[in-house]
Amino acid sequence: MKPLTWQHGLGILGFGLLVTGSVMGLTMAPPERHMGDVSRIAYIHVPTAWSMLLASTFAFGWALTSLWTGKERYDDLLAGSLEATVILAVLMLPSGMIWAKPTWGVWWDWDVRLTSSLVGLLLFAGILALRAFVDEPKRRATWTAVATIVAYVDIPLIYFGVRWWRSIHQVQSSPETVSGGMILPWRINAFAVLFITLWFIAMRSRIEAGRRQLEQAGEPERIAEAVA
Amino acid sequence: MIVRQLVALLGKDLRLEWRRRARLLVVFVFGAMTLLLFSFALPETEMLVRASGGLLVLALLLSSTLGLAESFRVEHEDRALEGLFLLPVEPVAVYYSKAVANTLFLLALGPVLAPAALILYSVQVESGAIADFALIWTLAAAGLAAPGTLYSGMTSRMRGQDVLLPLLLFPLVGPLLLASVKSLNLVILGDPMDQLGSWRNLLIAFDVIYWSIGGVLYPFVCEEGT
Repeated sequence: MKPLTWQHGLGILGFGLLVTGSVMGLTMAPPERHMGDVSRIAYIHVPTAWSMLLASTFAFGWALTSLWTGKERYDDLLAGSLEATVILAVLMLPSGMIWAKPTWGVWWDWDVRLTSSLVGLLLFAGILALRAFVDEPKRRATWTAVATIVAYVDIPLIYFGVRWWRSIHQVQSSPETVSGGMILPWRINAFAVLFITLWFIAMRSRIEAGRRQLEQAGEPERIAEAVA
Repeated sequence: MIVRQLVALLGKDLRLEWRRRARLLVVFVFGAMTLLLFSFALPETEMLVRASGGLLVLALLLSSTLGLAESFRVEHEDRALEGLFLLPVEPVAVYYSKAVANTLFLLALGPVLAPAALILYSVQVESGAIADFALIWTLAAAGLAAPGTLYSGMTSRMRGQDVLLPLLLFPLVGPLLLASVKSLNLVILGDPMDQLGSWRNLLIAFDVIYWSIGGVLYPFVCEEGT
């Protein structure tokens, strides 16, 4: 049996915290004054949104580093961060819609932040599609990094959208604007989703590195076949 | 040095466009056709008038992909782009000449699409609003051209370029489309709350950001072979 790595430790810690935070949010935290029990989905929705923003920021950081140094390791981390961003956005949007139906009366509203989040998801999914179309590893790394930097400029529009346009979306909460009993499960779940995201990025970048090594190992054989 | 190269390359790009002017005509007809097709989805004249700004911007966006996709594809014939880099021409000059040529190409769509929309959608615009309209159209065209040229440079030799370019470009220009649609609607329908300025500033910010980023990143893109 293989020994547990620090990456697996992050995953176990993340899932453990997620169960703890969610149980606290569902049973111990007080219901929100206006929305009642419906608002408890926020204990998943909001940490997912935070981690999505963080994962996209990691992707931006790795993109800059990958472009600057040209080292393949940073491209592996970039690929992992991009996938984490897309997965978190895919989780965030439906959880927001489930929250929106009883509170706003509709599953979807063309509110700027909702629209921007969907745009962000499509944007990062497009970069993954670009990546899938490029076979040459060096070119794939450079173009992924360039597309990520270009796309990241959209993220501030998502985060600050609600402040700039003032729409139907709730203004972001802070510890001062919510009940004391809500803060702890929120914080626990925020760290839980963050640890799971970091675990996912670490594992995914390991797989990406392995795939790249396999591609490079297969190269002489392919050249030999082409020459023959 | 770079400015001289830029001017020479821009002259070359514009001459190329002029010599392939049949393609320009195709894009103009395509843009006008999209305006006609939109009217099938919105049969009421009142609805068409209210949505006219958005429909114009969408016609510009859809037409832009035809022009942007071609801008680098032509450079691969006889390995012209490689020849340019061997001269040597600065990659930044190549990027900005293409981006300016694409902006001018999209600007040229304005005098065709705007009158077509005025007639087809029964839109009445005050003569005083034409300057605002032209400014918004210019900012929208420049905003589409900057990232569009960068992505076109990346995807021009890839399998699946026709799918990838819109897939990458359309979500990226989301904020630009939103600001252009709002601005054009304010110009066409009136601006009693004086909101045009803030949307115009957003367009300017988008243009400044992407024109700067494009110039910085294109040398990396072409280093890996466009």
